[in-house]
Amino acid sequence: MARTHYSEIEGRSPGFYALLSGLGALILAGLGAAWYMEHNGHYVTGMSNRIVWGVPHVFAVFLIVAASGVLNVASIASVFGRDLYKPLARLSGLLALTLLAGGLAVLVLDLGRPERMIVAMTHYNFKSIFAWNIFLYTGFYAVVALYLWTMFERRMNDYSKPAGLFAFVWRLVLTTGTGSIFGFLVAREPYNSALLAPLFIVMSFSYGLAIFVLVLMAACRWSGRALGDVVLNRLRNLLGVFVATVLYFVAVYHLTNLYIARQHEVERFMLWDGGIYPALFWIGQVLIGGILPLALLFGIASRRATAGAAACVIAGGLAQVYVLIIGGQAYPQLMFPEKEVSSSFFDGVVAAYAPSLPEVALSAGGVALALALTAVALKVLPFLPRSLADGDVGSAAA
Amino acid sequence: MMRIAAGIIAAVLAVAGFADAGEKRAHRVAMPVVKIEKGETCVAPTEEMRRDHMTMLLHQRDRTLRQGLRDSRFSLKNCVDCHARRDTGSVLGKDGFCASCHSYASVSMDCFECHTPVRQSRAASASR
Amino acid sequence: MSLDRRQFLRWGAAAAAGAALAPGIRLIELAQARSPQEAASALQRWGLLIDITKCTDCDVCVTACHEENGVTGHGRPETDAQWIRKVHLRDKRTGYAQTLPFMCQHCEHPPCVDVCPTGASFKRDDGIVLVDKHTCIGCRYCVMACPYGARSFIHETVSGQKADAPRGKGTVESCTLCVHRVDRGETPACVQACNRDGGKAMVFGDLNDRDSAIHKRLRTEPSSQVRPDLALNTGVRYQGL
Repeated sequence: MARTHYSEIEGRSPGFYALLSGLGALILAGLGAAWYMEHNGHYVTGMSNRIVWGVPHVFAVFLIVAASGVLNVASIASVFGRDLYKPLARLSGLLALTLLAGGLAVLVLDLGRPERMIVAMTHYNFKSIFAWNIFLYTGFYAVVALYLWTMFERRMNDYSKPAGLFAFVWRLVLTTGTGSIFGFLVAREPYNSALLAPLFIVMSFSYGLAIFVLVLMAACRWSGRALGDVVLNRLRNLLGVFVATVLYFVAVYHLTNLYIARQHEVERFMLWDGGIYPALFWIGQVLIGGILPLALLFGIASRRATAGAAACVIAGGLAQVYVLIIGGQAYPQLMFPEKEVSSSFFDGVVAAYAPSLPEVALSAGGVALALALTAVALKVLPFLPRSLADGDVGSAAA
Repeated sequence: MMRIAAGIIAAVLAVAGFADAGEKRAHRVAMPVVKIEKGETCVAPTEEMRRDHMTMLLHQRDRTLRQGLRDSRFSLKNCVDCHARRDTGSVLGKDGFCASCHSYASVSMDCFECHTPVRQSRAASASR
Repeated sequence: MSLDRRQFLRWGAAAAAGAALAPGIRLIELAQARSPQEAASALQRWGLLIDITKCTDCDVCVTACHEENGVTGHGRPETDAQWIRKVHLRDKRTGYAQTLPFMCQHCEHPPCVDVCPTGASFKRDDGIVLVDKHTCIGCRYCVMACPYGARSFIHETVSGQKADAPRGKGTVESCTLCVHRVDRGETPACVQACNRDGGKAMVFGDLNDRDSAIHKRLRTEPSSQVRPDLALNTGVRYQGL
């Protein structure tokens, strides 16, 4: 098989600068929103004492989960030895770093005291899964940077397999930790499930690959590189498998809950009469995020269908995380079983939440940061292979 | 390119001097006003307080909060009680005891985000 | 001086026994109030017993708490902090209605303490669960984790704080069991107000002290925790639930 040649993108076209300007404007809006929230206090947002984690956390969790999942492509190449994925490994590692940066930026800037980030990185309560996650996220940077180095530096290429394995295990622990942030909580009925950690793992596979496919297609198209059907078909099938797996886990989660009498009220809320949450679940998560992509990926063999499917997976993923995080908080806590509860602190009622402009701006800023970092990195270092045309990637049917 | 940069830096430095027009000056920044209105001595010698008050505060706050050791001499309430200005009753504001030095040294302090900088009047504390 | 092994082991055992016994010698002293120079000790565990059959529509506990700790509203009920609230219950099947004051339950195994990434949410040795606002980063994970919805996040700049109750924007807070009063040998403000102006429903005391009023009541009368199935062993107990 011929050696893969990588090169930077030229990055001097008006289109490139327009892209960076647009993303830069969004980043500035996000920073402005963060300053506004921090300066005035969180009352300017839609979050409240009942819904303490809002749209910023939805996007942050989505980006962090996707960041760990996008490394899959590189893992398949290094750890599982599939040669076809090897040319894609560098971009995969890059996206892992940039998506994580975007997600963490949103998370940190939404803190009540973001200036105490140093405190968070020096004072650890190791009983807290959140503390473990802070450690895992920062460590992930070092691990993936090391992994990328073994790919870039020719003399280190032999070490890319152990580095890839280490990164693979690290990101599994990281995603398990992210799912456990919710899974470990007894306080809320929709959480408190061991199933959340593996669900997050398969969600990461799905969202990460969807983002990877879109970024790859856009990067190749806009820098004039060939992207052959062999690579794309492989990615398309893989994405379909991941989407189906997510649907399976979600089905098991809800079916189990439906079987347990104590969980009936929650399930009725989430699936039937909770207003926006069932709507987002059925239409956003299941239809747009699951069934439609499966139909597009396995039914229609066109590039547009693949890109459309990936976009649907992303939209459905955001809906899924929204239902999980915000729906999970909106449902009243079960403190007094068999009683109707009411109080001045909104006990016993479904909490209202409406996303506010600062929250949306901050979230958009985080996404824009991830994409801008990716674009700049592609210009500075050779992450993209010169060609992914069918003839160039070899006939390895692995 | 280098000449433009040098020119900009020179221009900024030339104007910077006129930025803060206060009465008492020492190299362009108003000196802190330290007025001791109450008591003869602090809980520790002045030099030690000047040098170490931040460490003492950090140490004492953990002793109070985490262990419940409330030596009233070293409590922040006591510091404020003594050092607050007679007229405003606060350690912040213009010529406030804490604010004056901290703004001179340009060291931000977080304490009064949560702690009240205002002296508690005798009547209020006696009514408990 | 030479020391053979048996002698060494005997001296070591004696030293270890002495070290183990030494804290226990303080048992007798702690039966009286703690002085400010003494640390909070695990030999005490502060608790509240609330008889909600004596609870009516009155809410002097809420007013007293918020007055004592400087918890002011801003006309924004969704984001205003509440350290204590009256919760109204109505049995779904029978329609029987009750009301009770509800605050941080000061659990023995607090979920909020487990999840705090910086350790700002902590349990003092004598059982009072507090937030160290010096290290709180305002992530609100403890608010997510509390099964009782006891915690509030401060959503705006605070001024005019009470000297004994520092509170500020961007951190999380909840009922402190009036730790500043308890350390002075007094009872929490809610208990004092209830006994003075309310239904006399609340008893405060040391759960570990066999001679305290609260221990005697709990030993001789039925009581319950909220959500006992969570096995958090709360410090706040209720009668009449």
